[in-house]
Amino acid sequence: MSLVEIENVHKSYGDIEVLRGVSLRIEEGEIVAIIGRSGSGKSTLLRCINGLEPIQSGTIRFDGQQVNSADTDLRKLRQKVGIVFQSFNLFPHLNAERNITLGLTVVKKMPPDEARTIARKVMTQVGLEDKLDAYPDMLSGGQQQRVAIARSLAMSPKLMLFDEITSALDPELIGEVLTVLAGLAEAGMTMMLVTHEMGFARNVAHRLVFMHEGEIWESGAARAVLDDPQTPELKSFLGSVLI
Amino acid sequence: MRELTTSDMFWLLFAARWTIALTVVSILGGSLLGAIIMVLRVIPFPPAKAVAILYINLIQGTPALGQLFIVFFGFGVFGYDVSPWFAATLAFSLYSAAFLGEIWRGGVHAVPHAQWEASASLGLSTLQQLRYVIIPQAFRLSIPPTIGFWVHLVKNTSLASVIGFIELTRAGQIINAATFRPMTVYLTVAAAYFVICFVLTQLSARLEGSLRVAR
Amino acid sequence: MDYTFRFRDVLREQDLLLEGALVTLQLSGVSIVFGLLIGVLGAAMKTGHYAPLRRIAGVYVEIIRNTPLLVQLFVVFFGLPSIGIKLGPMQAAMITLSINLGAYTTEIIRAGVEAIPRSQIEAGMSLGLSGGEVFRYVILFPALKKIYPALASQFILLLIATSIVSQIAAEELFHIGAYIDSRTFRSFEVYTVITAMYLVMALFFRGAFAAIYHFVFVRR
Repeated sequence: MSLVEIENVHKSYGDIEVLRGVSLRIEEGEIVAIIGRSGSGKSTLLRCINGLEPIQSGTIRFDGQQVNSADTDLRKLRQKVGIVFQSFNLFPHLNAERNITLGLTVVKKMPPDEARTIARKVMTQVGLEDKLDAYPDMLSGGQQQRVAIARSLAMSPKLMLFDEITSALDPELIGEVLTVLAGLAEAGMTMMLVTHEMGFARNVAHRLVFMHEGEIWESGAARAVLDDPQTPELKSFLGSVLI
Repeated sequence: MRELTTSDMFWLLFAARWTIALTVVSILGGSLLGAIIMVLRVIPFPPAKAVAILYINLIQGTPALGQLFIVFFGFGVFGYDVSPWFAATLAFSLYSAAFLGEIWRGGVHAVPHAQWEASASLGLSTLQQLRYVIIPQAFRLSIPPTIGFWVHLVKNTSLASVIGFIELTRAGQIINAATFRPMTVYLTVAAAYFVICFVLTQLSARLEGSLRVAR
Repeated sequence: MDYTFRFRDVLREQDLLLEGALVTLQLSGVSIVFGLLIGVLGAAMKTGHYAPLRRIAGVYVEIIRNTPLLVQLFVVFFGLPSIGIKLGPMQAAMITLSINLGAYTTEIIRAGVEAIPRSQIEAGMSLGLSGGEVFRYVILFPALKKIYPALASQFILLLIATSIVSQIAAEELFHIGAYIDSRTFRSFEVYTVITAMYLVMALFFRGAFAAIYHFVFVRR
């Protein structure tokens, strides 16, 4: 059994079909990068995995549990799937520590002391142990995104989803976030990331998926896919992004 | 006591023209003075700003009813007797100026600061910057709240009934005194205000929507 | 100008004036409490999933916001007795002011709720928070912070607008003014003093509301 099993998923917004029969499996410990033009459905696919977006047909299974089923307790499932967004989405009225401990104390009913210990640990992991008291608007974009990663990490997820997490950052801040991701990869975290950072995808991802018009157009070992594109669509896409 | 007749109702509804006249004249007077208040509020000259803020606080911090009485009786102090119409238009013009001045200042402040810097770099004076660069941009932003204030003013002109000016509300009181049909009369009065205000509200909402799309 | 100002005649009635001011504050306080309750209910209806309730709340808001408070007051105080509902001036004033304020607070609260970015709700849900928990920990505080200034200025507008209930002889500050006027015939002085008293109250509460905002919502 794979950790994530996506089978023939269709999704539309009104008349527009954004996913047209997508199937994909992800093994524990695997790192999969998803690339493609905007509107190709890559972010939607990611958001379907933790049930933020409902799907019209097909199945998505996480850790043996069907995501798109009325019987599934999405709250339980989401504790095991972390997601980090392009726009950070930190809670502006809470400091970094409280952003991180909120899920631990409220959802996991953890005693505050224990939650704070974990907050310190994950903040150290992202290199921000001195910013526990800082509010989001006091942090740079790169720092906010690292806190957002720490917030997800604190819930000890089995899978982490990253939705274009460097796209809203100034170029000089991208490096610090990618370094954190590389650290997670080294620690063996299962990750799916939608990204435009081709160099990073090439070096860190095990597998690369190219999506085009709601379908998986090409996939395979990251280097192989990038070095030897098989379809004109991927060739043109790679030609249009800076590597 | 007599019956409520169709001609009573007609007379009542026709009094709406005085509500509208009072509103329109007050808007005109208020806009002239309001423009001055707005300019005083945004030019980089602290005493002017202080005067404008004092004026806005005085008007917005006191009941329109009180302002109306002060203007109405104030002329008596100087030995002049003024008509309710004159007192009401003057009081509501002064009232409108504070609100419109503040609304327009908000519009001016919503224009990005870089526009001031860019126009200053061309060598324009403060008033020229306002006239040619800032106000044309602030204007669009200010239209919906300005119309919103007109609605507020239409409703507040009902207070002029208190000093005996015969507009919709006063006409209602007169008809009610003669026929004693308060529910019918006042609901009719309310309906008349509703029609006037609702048209303006819808216009404001539509403009707000289209302005948002156009940007 | 041969007019002699006689403010002393008016200020001699300070006990009456203060009593009137107190009634004005009580009237405002009660109306704010009920107006806020109506506003929460109205906003819940307007942002809810049930279309008939949405429509009812919408009609309520439009009717109130597009008619004058004075006329609403006349309908309640003079109109309702003709269908058998008799109210004292004070009751009529409180009911009308609450219903009037309720329409404005409905819109303010609705706008606050709708201004919360969808992404914040998603981020909360992604941590496994339930709907109620997302509301309590993620939405509530920022939404309150956002609507507080608008609510505070609406409350001050209400405080000032209570003067209008003098027209149905509810014995608040402005009505006391009319009473003193009828005894002293010093109209100009009376209304200047009364108006100044409203200004003092309005400025005091504006300061108080700002202080509360600073204390509750601005982090130190």
